[in-house]
Parts: sequence; C-alpha cells; structure tokens
Amino acid sequence: MFSDYSMSELGAIFAMQGFAGLILFSVFVLMALGLAIIFGQMGVINMAHGEFMILGAYVTYLTSNLFAAWLPGVFGMYFFVAMILAFIASGALGLFIEWAMIRHLYKRPLDTLLATWGLSLILQQVYRSVFGAREVGVSIPDWMMGSLPVTDMIEVPINGIFVMVLATGISLAVYYMMFRSSWGLQVRAISQNRVMADAVGINTAWTDRLTFGIGCGVAGVAGSAFTMIGSTGPTAGQLYIVDTFLVVVFGGAASLLGTIASAFSISQAQSIMEFFLSGSMAKVLTLLVVVGILMIRPQGLFTLKLRK
Amino acid sequence: MERSSNRLFTTQDILGFAVLAVIIFIVLPMALDSFRLNLFGKYLTYAFVAVGLVLCWGAGGILSLGQGVFFGLGGYCMAMFLKLEASTPKNTAIQSTPGIPDFMDWNQLTALPWWWEPFNSLFFTMIAVVAVPVVFALIIGVAMFRRRVGGVYFAIITQAFAAILTILIIGQQGFTGGVNGITDLRTLHGWDIRTNDAKEVLYFVNAGLLFACLLIAQFVRKSKLGRLLIAMRDQEDRVRFSGYDVASFKIFIFCLGAAFAGIGGAMFTLQVGFMSPTLVGIVPSIEMVIFCAVGGRLSILGAVYGALLVNWAKTSLSESFPELWLLGLGGLFIAVVMVFPNGLAGVYAEHIAPRLSGLFGGKTGAAKSPKETPAE
Amino acid sequence: MNMQNPNFLLMVEGLTVSFDGFKAVNDLSFYVEPNECRVIIGPNGAGKTTVLDLICGRTKATAGSVKFKDKELLAMREDQIVHAGVGRKFQTPSVYEDLTVFENLELSYPKGHSVFGALTFRRDANVKARIKEIAETIFLEDLLDEKAAYLSHGQKQWLEIGMLLIQDPELLMLDEPVAGMSVAERKKTAELLRRIVEDRSVIVIEHDMGFVADIATRVTVLHQGKTLSEGSMERVQNDPKVIEVYLGH
Repeated sequence: MFSDYSMSELGAIFAMQGFAGLILFSVFVLMALGLAIIFGQMGVINMAHGEFMILGAYVTYLTSNLFAAWLPGVFGMYFFVAMILAFIASGALGLFIEWAMIRHLYKRPLDTLLATWGLSLILQQVYRSVFGAREVGVSIPDWMMGSLPVTDMIEVPINGIFVMVLATGISLAVYYMMFRSSWGLQVRAISQNRVMADAVGINTAWTDRLTFGIGCGVAGVAGSAFTMIGSTGPTAGQLYIVDTFLVVVFGGAASLLGTIASAFSISQAQSIMEFFLSGSMAKVLTLLVVVGILMIRPQGLFTLKLRK
Repeated sequence: MERSSNRLFTTQDILGFAVLAVIIFIVLPMALDSFRLNLFGKYLTYAFVAVGLVLCWGAGGILSLGQGVFFGLGGYCMAMFLKLEASTPKNTAIQSTPGIPDFMDWNQLTALPWWWEPFNSLFFTMIAVVAVPVVFALIIGVAMFRRRVGGVYFAIITQAFAAILTILIIGQQGFTGGVNGITDLRTLHGWDIRTNDAKEVLYFVNAGLLFACLLIAQFVRKSKLGRLLIAMRDQEDRVRFSGYDVASFKIFIFCLGAAFAGIGGAMFTLQVGFMSPTLVGIVPSIEMVIFCAVGGRLSILGAVYGALLVNWAKTSLSESFPELWLLGLGGLFIAVVMVFPNGLAGVYAEHIAPRLSGLFGGKTGAAKSPKETPAE
Repeated sequence: MNMQNPNFLLMVEGLTVSFDGFKAVNDLSFYVEPNECRVIIGPNGAGKTTVLDLICGRTKATAGSVKFKDKELLAMREDQIVHAGVGRKFQTPSVYEDLTVFENLELSYPKGHSVFGALTFRRDANVKARIKEIAETIFLEDLLDEKAAYLSHGQKQWLEIGMLLIQDPELLMLDEPVAGMSVAERKKTAELLRRIVEDRSVIVIEHDMGFVADIATRVTVLHQGKTLSEGSMERVQNDPKVIEVYLGH
C-alpha cells in the first residue's frame, strides 16, 4: 500500500496524519478529563457526560452571538469569556444533578448508568427544543483561522494548535487540583475509604458534589473547545460517549496519566489507520483492539496491584 | 415441609402465566386490527431480549448494554436468508449482476460473498439465528467472566461492541446493506410474509416462541442455577468457595440471554420485513434495558409487560407528540431507577397483590418477595 | 523439621506473596497434620488472612508451594481447591441474604456443581436429610425457612460454618469465627468447633486467647509475614519473641 507514494510524500502524510492525530488526541483528552475525575475518582458512570460538553458548546455559541451583536470590538476575545461561562454553566448543572440524583445512587453504579442515560435523553430534547435540531457553528475569531506552513508539504491549522494548547493547560490544571491541592487529597481519600474520610472530618457529601460539579465543568470547557473545530448539534454528545469511556477505562480508571496515555495511543492509531482504510474501518479496528486489550488486561494500562 | 421455591410453578406463577397468555393469545388478537396486531408483535420481539435481561441482570447482576448486538445478529441472519430468497435472477434481472441482493449490485459487487452462501438454506439460517449470537456471547463471556470483569466495566465493554457492530454494518454497505439495512424482504420458502394473513400467523408463532422462552427462563430460575445466580449477585466469593466455577454460570446465562435475543431479532425481521443497524446500536440496546427495568428487573413476566407498555407508549407518543417522547423516556429511566427499582412487578407485589389477597380473603402469597434488593 | 513426612495433610513451603514490592507473606512454611486444629495468631497486618487467601486460591502467590494431600493447590482454581477438600470461612459472615437458610445450605451441598448439574439438581430425600442434620448441628433447625437476612450476626456465622460442614471438607479454614459474638453465642460456637474438629483438620485465625487455648492443638504466631513461633499454646505464650511483639518494644 506504500508503493504509490514517494518517501517524502509518505513522511509528509505521516506528519500530517500524526498532527491530525494530535488534534484528535487533544479532543479525547478534553473529553476524558472530566470523566476521569467523575468515573475514575468517584466511580460514578455519567452517561450524560456528552450532554454536559454540548451544554458548554451551546454556551460558547450564545456568547459568540452576544459578542457579535453587542461587543464586536472585542470579538476576538469572546472565546475566553465563553470558556469560563461554559465551565460555570456545566458545573452548576453538575452540582444540581449530583444533589438531585447521583447522591442517592452511589451504592448502585449500574443504576446510576441508567439514570444518567435518562438525563442525557432529556437534555438532548431540551437542546433540540431550545436551539433547534440543526447543528450550529460559531464564528471563529480571525486570529484562529488559517494554518501555519511548516514545510512546503506540511501545514498545520491554527485552531488545531489552539485546541492542543487548551488541552495541555486543562490537563495541568486538573493534575494540580487532583494531586497538589487539599481538595484533590480529599477526593482521593474518599475514593479509597469513604467511611474513614468521613471519620477524619472530610465533608464527603460536599466533596462529592464539588467533584461531580468540577468534572462536569471540565466537560463544559471541552465542549467549548469543540466549537473551534466543529459544529454543535443536540445529539453530538452521544457520538463521543463510548470513545470517552473507552479512553478512561483503557487508561486504568484511577490514573490521570493513564487517561492521557490511552487518549494518545487511541487517537494516533485511529488517525494513522484512517489514511489507509476507510474511516469506519479505522474506527472499528481501533475499538476492537482497545476492547481486545481490555479483555486481556481488564484493569487498564496503569493500575496498582493491591490485596482485595 | 414443602418449600415453594422448589416447585416449577407456584399458584401465583400459574396465574401470572395464564393471565399473560390470555392477553397475548386472545385479548390482543381480538381487540386489534391486523396493523396494530403486527405492531404489538414487533413489541413482543423486544420482550425476548427483556426476558434474557431479567436472567442476566435481574437475577445474575450482569448488565449487558449490548443486547442489541444479539438481537441484530439473529435478525440479520434471518434477513440474509429472506433477502437471498427475494433476489432470484428473475426478480433482479435489471441489475448488472442478477441474482445477488440489490444493495450488493449498487455497491459494484459482482458475486455473492462466501459467507452469504450458507444462508440459502433455511435450516442453516434457523440454527444460525440462535448459534451466531450464542457464539458471539460465548467469546465475550469467556474473555470477560474468566478474568472476573463485571459490573460497570462489563456494561461499557458490551456497549462498545454495540457501537463497533453498528459502525461495521454501516461502513460495509456492500456486504450488509449499510445504513438502510436489509430491506424489501418478501417470502419465506415461497410464503408471502407481507400479507395480513401471514402477519397474523407470524404473530402467533412469535407469541408461541416467547412463551417457550418464558418457560425455559422459569425453569432456569426455579432450578438450583437460579438460586445460584442470586447467591452470586450477593456473595460471589462465597459461591466460588463453595466449589462453583462462577464464570461458567455467568457465561451460561449470558449466552442464554443472547439466544433469546437472537430469536427475538429473527422474529422482528419476519414480522416487520426488514433489519437495519438502527436496531443494533447503543441506543436500542440501552432501551431494551429499560423495557426490562420498567417491567421489573426480577420478573420474567414483568419484562413482557414492560416491553409492551414502553413500546406502546413510544408509538402513541411519538405519533402525536414526538418531542415529548424523549423527555418521557428520559424521565422513565430516572423514575424507574430512583422511585420504582423493581418496576411494575415490584408495584404489583407491594401494593396490588396484598390488596387482591385481602379482597379474596385467600392466601395467594401476599407475603411473597418482601424486599428483594435490586442488583448493583 | 521433617519435610518428607507423607502424613501431613497440608504442607506450606516457602510461601511468598508481594503486593507491589511489599511482602505480605514472606517465605512462610508450616505443616498441618490430619485431625489437627491449628490456630494462627499474630498482630494486625501479620498476614494471617492473606495466608488463608493464598491457600484457598483467592490471592495468587508470588512464590512457594502449598501441597494438600500431595496435590499442588497453587496451580488450581478456587472451585477446584474446594473440590479437593479445602473449605474456607470468611471473616465477615458471607451468607446469601436473599435466600432461606435451607437454600443457603442446599447451594453448598456437594452435588450439581456444573452448569448442567445445577439445572438438573433435584431436592431429594438425601439432600433434605443431610440439610436437616447440618441444621441441627449449627442450632438452626427451627429457622430453615427464614431468609438469611433476618438471622442474627452469630447465627449467620453458624450458617456459614454449616455451609462448609455440608461439604465435609478434610481441611476447614476459619477466619475469626467468634468475632462479634455475644458471650452465649461464643460458648456455643466453641462447642460447635470442638465437635467439628474431631474428624477433620482445621486452621483457625483467632484473637481471643481463651478461645484459642480451648481448641488449639498447635499454635503458629505470624509476624510481618513470617513465622515467629510455633508449638503448643503454653510454649508459644512463654516465647520471649512473642511476648515482645505483643507487648511492644
């Protein structure tokens, strides 16, 4: 299959596909981070995770329209405001859902899965009623348009670079929160021994709610970033949910580094295969390999060995 | 001392089976026109899946979000046979390659793929309808349960299979009919399945098969294996250290559920006249779980009522208020988990049965199933 | 020690398990004779429960060998170990709460353990008689139709012991069988155990020294995954090493 291409062409293809893979990687990381907090640390399956992302995307869409109408002078900067608003909107919804639903189901993970699926259906319908069934796109600020030529055969799009930078920044922020802040310590303490954490004076109920809220907020930011590379529709969240869960499980649910490593390997595999196979077959093969590895090594890539 | 759980049927069970039989075999066919009856026949094909889920999830604590895969495999096996029968060289004379299914011709295939060949035989197809889902479940089951993967991980992996199979079917449209599925099915061994009479016959065949599956499910639940499943759900280690190979029991029950789903899928194809990837994927697979949950995840009869009611509501609501249906279904998911974890069967056992027995002054097992905790 | 003695029922040699470098059990060896009641004691974290987990296959050993009647247990699956004749009771009572006492015992009855066997298992007169017999032994003959969830803590412990007895194992391993029991229950359990011990070997983990002195043939003291001392209760109690570990430095 390589014979049709010259060496330099092949190099350029790999570089470009590799870069496409890096963008996909960033997307996966952004999606998976929120889930890694919620599923990895709390063990809660949130099937509505995609809808929390889409909420962030719609908030970004609204913000861009607001800026275009009222503040056209600073339109270039709207995105940063939108990201913060997306975090607040998705996070607030997350806090509410934890209070209304999730906290009653901590001991029944499979039931959480079904209930949050119901939530995702409701949210989809709400989006459809409010924003219409058609996909909406935001106007990307001028400075994010276009691409940077690296060599005469390789070009990289600026919005892609922006998403990558964003993914790196948010990963670092999550890392700091989880492993360097006292809140992170509390979250990890609860995930290891809830009763003991309660006994030493951690407000487990509030920490749970906050963790869930922050996980959802991060999803909102991810959704916000998505608007830079694609359009948003009411059911877009559902498309990603399986990929996202596989990324988190594949990485070893409790490991942030694992999540990032697995996002990297899955995205690279998929985007490089996509060039040689049809998109759907690349996807099928990637998923099959991931599921196959998970069958052989169910604990994921990175886990500790402990007495059960 | 006679213990109720040892007998295959308690008085209550016989009553329950009889009521359901009357509804399905007499009331529905008399009350509905043939279009509606066919619709209810379609709902009943989902009941096969729901009954399998009661065994896996309700009794065994194994939640599969990939039952659509087995439903689809059974359905596609049947559809392949019917499609081949419909694609005679005479019927397909206008194609560039006559004698192969139309979608293959549209996708520039010039010969029938080898793995389609056996589906010329009805006998092979009937075996495949059960065997293909079972073999697939066996592979997944052995890989997962031998390594003690369960709970949410199992749910996610089975869901991934639902996603994979859908993408595969849609992507390989030359072999599978793609997103449209396999359509335009006409006859079964020369018998036209599209007529009203045929649909009525198929309804009864379907109902009969469903009852056969219900009886098998009842037998399994009342056997020692049924009690073992409950025991495994609560204290898996104790079962293991009582000398049972826990994995083999889980594999068995998962395969049985897959077999039921495969039969349901095949009957779906026969009654509805097509099979498509929209019945295989993540969304239908998880909806099948809600049929089971609404009926009561611990009750095989409840699963049938659940499948009928939810689908009937879906059809009625989406005919008149399509935008309400998703809200309703979403609300149903939440309500059934948070308010009625034992579904209709639970409501019946807790509220209706005691009153009934009070009414008749009898002892029709009012104190039965005080509080069976839902599986985690 | 006489390692080649073929009369040993259980031979544990060089048993080691490490969790990410931490050796919970380290090069442990001990031997159990037929009809012996061996009590394992030791401070918290000494590796007592882990030793039982290793023998019954719940935890996979890193190195060593566990031979039961000359069969290597480390290569076997949990259910195969049970069929070889090793029974295990857990620390917290694990009974099937949704099932009746009768059903709990029935599931442990050593017949119909394959999928097919379980489907065709019949509750015949032999089964019923045996269940009745065991129920009498464990003081639960009047509660056969009660759901296990409604039993007291002590009764659950007895039920679990009964579930093991019905399998008639040659080696029975009990993890703190009297923990959490009332004084009366404790006395009854001691009586029960003494009867059980008569025709089989038993390994017991226990903290209650009065109870230990009551039932033990030999005592093994574990400390940091190793044998600290072994012998009769009297000998162990007077061992200066043991006194140091228990009383602190």
